[in-house]
Amino acid sequence: MPAVTETRETVEKLAKSSYEWGFETDIEMDIAPKGLNEETVRLISERKGEPQWMLDWRLKAFRAWLEMEEPTWAHLHHPPIDYQDAHYFAQPKKKPGPKSLDEVDPELLKTYAKLGIPLHEQALLAGVEGAEERLPVAVDAVFDSVSVATTFRKTLAEAGVIFCPISDAIREYPELVRKYLGTVVPAGDNFFAALNSAVFTDGSFVYIPEGVRCPMELSTYFRINARNTGQFERTLIIAEDRATVSYLEGCTAPQRDENQLHAAVVELIAMEDASIKYSTVQNWYPGDDEGRGGIYNFVTKRGICRGARSKISWTQVETGSAITWKYPSCVLAGEGSVGEFYSVAVTNNHQQADTGTKMIHLAPNTRSTIIAKTISAGHSDSTYRGLVRMQPKARNARNFTQCDSLLIGDQCGAHTVPYIESRNMTARVEHEATTSKISEDQLFYCRSRGLSEEDAVGLIVNGFCREVLKELPMEFAVEAQKLLQISLEGSVG
Amino acid sequence: MSDFLKIQGLQARIDADGTPKDILKGLDLEVPKGEIHAIMGPNGSGKSTLSYVLAGRDDYEVTGGSATFKGQDLLALEPEERAALGLFLAFQSPVELPGVNNANFLRTAVNAVRRARGEAELDAVAFLKAVRAETKHLSMSDDMLKRAVNVGFSGGEKKRNEVLQMRLLQPSFAILDETDSGLDIDALRIVAEGVNSLRSPDFSALVITHHQRLLDYIVPDRVHVMAHGRIIHSGGPDIAKTLEKQGYTQFLEAAA
Amino acid sequence: MTQNAAPALEAFIARSAGQGAVLAETGLPTRRVEAWRYTPLRSIADTAWQKAAPLTTETVTALLARLVLPETGARVVYGNGQLMDALSALPEAVRQALENVSPLKGLFSATLNTALGERGLDICVPAGTDAGLLTLVSLSDGQDVSTHLQHRIVLEDGASLTLYDVSAGEGRYIANPRFDIVVGKGATLRHVKVQRESLTGTHLAIVSADVAERGEYDSFTLNQGSSLARHEAVVTLGAPHAMAHVNGVQIVDGQRLNDLTSMIHHAAPDGSSRQTVKTVLSDAGQGVFQGKILVDRVAQKTDGYQMNQALLLSERAQINSKPELEIYADDVKCSHGATVGALDDEQLFYLRSRGIPEAEARDILVRAFLIDALDLVADEGLRDLLLRSMTS
Repeated sequence: MPAVTETRETVEKLAKSSYEWGFETDIEMDIAPKGLNEETVRLISERKGEPQWMLDWRLKAFRAWLEMEEPTWAHLHHPPIDYQDAHYFAQPKKKPGPKSLDEVDPELLKTYAKLGIPLHEQALLAGVEGAEERLPVAVDAVFDSVSVATTFRKTLAEAGVIFCPISDAIREYPELVRKYLGTVVPAGDNFFAALNSAVFTDGSFVYIPEGVRCPMELSTYFRINARNTGQFERTLIIAEDRATVSYLEGCTAPQRDENQLHAAVVELIAMEDASIKYSTVQNWYPGDDEGRGGIYNFVTKRGICRGARSKISWTQVETGSAITWKYPSCVLAGEGSVGEFYSVAVTNNHQQADTGTKMIHLAPNTRSTIIAKTISAGHSDSTYRGLVRMQPKARNARNFTQCDSLLIGDQCGAHTVPYIESRNMTARVEHEATTSKISEDQLFYCRSRGLSEEDAVGLIVNGFCREVLKELPMEFAVEAQKLLQISLEGSVG
Repeated sequence: MSDFLKIQGLQARIDADGTPKDILKGLDLEVPKGEIHAIMGPNGSGKSTLSYVLAGRDDYEVTGGSATFKGQDLLALEPEERAALGLFLAFQSPVELPGVNNANFLRTAVNAVRRARGEAELDAVAFLKAVRAETKHLSMSDDMLKRAVNVGFSGGEKKRNEVLQMRLLQPSFAILDETDSGLDIDALRIVAEGVNSLRSPDFSALVITHHQRLLDYIVPDRVHVMAHGRIIHSGGPDIAKTLEKQGYTQFLEAAA
Repeated sequence: MTQNAAPALEAFIARSAGQGAVLAETGLPTRRVEAWRYTPLRSIADTAWQKAAPLTTETVTALLARLVLPETGARVVYGNGQLMDALSALPEAVRQALENVSPLKGLFSATLNTALGERGLDICVPAGTDAGLLTLVSLSDGQDVSTHLQHRIVLEDGASLTLYDVSAGEGRYIANPRFDIVVGKGATLRHVKVQRESLTGTHLAIVSADVAERGEYDSFTLNQGSSLARHEAVVTLGAPHAMAHVNGVQIVDGQRLNDLTSMIHHAAPDGSSRQTVKTVLSDAGQGVFQGKILVDRVAQKTDGYQMNQALLLSERAQINSKPELEIYADDVKCSHGATVGALDDEQLFYLRSRGIPEAEARDILVRAFLIDALDLVADEGLRDLLLRSMTS
C-alpha cells in the first residue's frame, strides 16, 4: 500500500512533534475579502452560480446565526473567535478545465503526494487514461473549499450513484438537494450549523438509489490551504431503500500561526433497509508544543435512520485540531433501525477535545452501540460527552455504551459526561466507563521484549483502541494506527 | 570471553509505601557462557527482585554494586536494549495486554530485536512460518496467537507463551523466574524442553525456582542458595536434592 | 437563564434582610442551568413563600407518631425550623461546635439557605469519642411556607457519630436544610437520611462534608417523598486516605420528581469513594441522578467507583441520569456504570410459574433490585428501620 509506506517514511524523518503535513502549496487563489455579512453570503451564492432558493436558504440561516450565541457548555477554553477576521471564500483560479494531464497544476499533484494519496489515485485525479479500471476507491479531492477533480463519476453513474461536489449537485440535482438539505441538521440547529448553512462553499453530495450497493468506498480528502480561510464543508448523503454505502473522510491541514475555524455539517439519511457507514480520520493541525495555532474544529454530524431496519454507523479517529467540538449522532426513527458510534480521540500537548454522540431512539426495537476511547497526554484535555435518549415510543429499544479513558502523564485531563434519559420502561440502557493509565507492568513487559518505550506505548494504545479501529475500512485502519502513535510522540519518558 | 554475566556486590531497594526497603544486599554471582545455573531460596530472599533488576525494571533502585553482561554495564541499559543484547526474562506472572493481538506483539518484538541486532526483519509469511513451528513444538493452539496477549490465558498457557517468546527472540541468556509455579507435569516438561533445546555453548540460563522438581528436567551446572538478598552457598546440582530433603535451615545457619 | 421576576424569588429576597444580593443575582435556576436541567423549579416559582409559624408540641407529637424512628439513642426535633426543646436532647458526649465551617458557594440550595438560614444543630463530637446514635427529625407543617435550617456537625479526630436524619411534614412547603460537616482525622460520620416529606412539599437539601486524613463520611439517602426533592451532597476528600460512601435509594411514584445529585471531590492522594444509587419509578414518577467524581491533579492513587441503576415500572415513568467523571490525575482507578430498564420478564415469569401472584412477584424483584444498595447500610438495626420506613 503506497500511501502507508509513504506515510511511514515521512514519519520517520519527522522531528518530534512537528506536523507531518504542515506545508503550504503556492497556488494562485481567488479570495473574497475578509468579513462576514449578507454581502459575503450573496457573493458565495453568486460565485457558485446558485439558484435563488439556495440563496434564500443561506440568508435565512445567516439571519438566524446573527441571533445566536456561541455554545459554552463544552469543556473547552479558547480565546474569542473573531468571525469578521476571516475569508469566507477562496478557490483556485480556474484554468481551462482539468480534462488533460497538462492542465492539472503540478503543485496540486505534489500536494496529493505529500498527503499520501496513492500514486495511482493521483494518476486518476490527473486524468491518466486507463487508470480508472484499476481503482478500488473513488476520491473527491476537496482542495480549499472547491472540488478541483472528481473521479469515477462515470463508473458510479452507471450504478446510478451520484457522487459529486455539493455545489454541482445544487445546480444539477436541485430537486434532490432541496428535498433533503437541512432536514437532519436544520439551518438553525446550533450556532456553528447556522454559520455553515450561511457560508458553506463545498463538500460532497452522495445519492444511492433504491437497491444499489455502492460499488466502491467513497473517499474524500479535505485540506485547508489558504491563509485565514475558514473551512465550511457541507456533506449530504442519501441512501434510498436497501441501498448501501461506505464513505471515508480524511483531513490534514498545513501548519500556520493563526487559529483556523472549521465548521462542517454532515447530514446522512438512510431509508428502509439502507445502510450508511461514515468513517473519519481527523488529523488537522493541532497547534505546536505550546498550543499555538491549530484548527478549531466545530462540526455538526447527524444521521437519521428514517426507514425500518436502516443502519447508520459512525467511526472516527480524532487526533488533530487544537479544539474539537463534535458529536456525530443518530436519530433512530425507523422501527428496528440501528445506530453505531465508534470513536478514538487522542489529545496531546495543549489540544482540547469535547466529543461524543447522541443516540435518539424514537421507534420500537431500535438499537445503538457506543464505544468511545479517549486518550489524553501532555497538557491536553479530552471529554467524552454523549446522550442516549429513549423516547416514549422506543419500545424494547437497546443501548450499550462503553467509554474508556487513558491518561498519559499527570498534566492532562480525561472526562466522561454521559446523559441517559429514558421515557420507556421496556427500553434498556447500559453504560460503563473506566479511567486508567498505561500500567508500568505493561510497559516494562513490552520493553523487556525489545520494544522501545514509544513503540510499547503505541502498541498498548492501539490495543486499547482495537474495538474501534477494527470498524475502520482496511486502508484507514493501518494509517490510523500509525497516526495514534505519531500523535502521542514525546508524551512518555 | 570469560565475563559473560557477572554480578558483584549488587544492592537494590524498593520503595514500599514511602519507605525504602533494601532487598538485595551485596549479591555476587557469575554465570559463564554455555552454563545453566539455578537459584533456590526461601520466599522473600530477593530472587524475583534479582530477575527484575537484571531485566531493568525501574521500580527498583540499585544502590550499589555492578552487573555486567558480555562486558557491558547492564545496569546502564534500557530494558529493550538488554533484550536486544540477548537477555530474556520469563516472567513469573506475565501481565495482560488487552486488545493487543498476540501474534502482532510477537512479530513486533522479534523484529525490534532483529533490527537492533542488525538482522533483517521477518516479513509476515516468514514470521508466521517460524511461529507455527514453535507453537507446534510447544503444543500451543493457533487460537493463542489470535487472542490478546495473556488475556484469559490459563497459568499453563501464560508460561508456554513466555517460552514461545524466548524461543522466537533467541536470547543468549535467559532468566526463568519461577516458571514452574502452577504448572502440571506435562506443561513442566514442555517448558523444560523449550529451555534444553536452546542449550548450546553460546546460551546460558538462570533458573529461579522453589522446587527441585524443575531441576530434574533442566539439569543445572551449578546451584546457588539465596537468602536475605545474598548468595549464601554455591555448589553442584546435588545441593538441590539436599535442599529438597532438609530445607534451607542448614544453609541459613552456616551463613549466619 | 433565570426566573428573576418570579414571586418566589421576590419573597425570598424580601425575607433575607439585606442578604439577598447573591440570591437576586443567581435567580431561580431553570432548565437551562446545567445543574438543574432535569429538575426544573417551576413548581415553586409562582408562590411567595413565607416564614413558617412555630408549631405546638401537640402538632409535632402527632406528626412524630406517623414516623418510623429509632427507639434508642438521643433525639432532636425541629418543628417548622424551630427547636422543640421539650422533645429534644443531645447525646451527652456532644458539645457546641466552635469551628467555623466554610460556606458553600454557587449552588442554589446553598445560596437560598445562606440567605434565609435558621439555626439548627450545632454540635461537635470531641476527639476520640463515640457519640452513638443521634436522631434528627425535621418537621414542617403549613401552606406556602419555607424553612431553611442550618446544621453544623463537627467530628474531631477519631470521633464517631451515627446521624439518623428524618424529614417529614404536612401541607405545601419548602424544606431547605443544609448540613456543614467536618470529619476529622480517623473520624467516622454515618449519615442515614430519610426524606419522607409531604407529597405536596418540596425538599432542597444540601450537604457539604469535608473529610480529613483517614476520615470517613458514610452516607445513605432514602429519597421517597415530596412533589419535588433534591438531595445534593458535596463531599471533599481533602487529605490522604479519606473515604466517602454516597449511597442512596429513590422510590418515586405519582407525578413526583426525586433527585439525588452529588459531587465527590478527590483533592488529596489515596482517597477512595463508593457510590451505589438505585431508583425505582412507577406511575408518572421522574427520577434524576447526577453524580460527579472530580479527581484533582494531586489526587493520585484515587480509587473511585460509582453505580447507578434505574428500574422503570410504568410506561409513563422517566429517568434522567448523568454520571460524570472529571479526572486530572493519571494514576487512578475510576469507573462508573449505569443501567436503565424494566423488570426482567423471565424472572417475573419464573416466580409466577412457582405460584407467586404477579404483584407479589414484582415486589420481590423490586426489593431484590434495591437490596444491594440497602445492604450498604452496615448497621442492621438502621437497615431494618429503613426497610420499614420504605414500606410505611
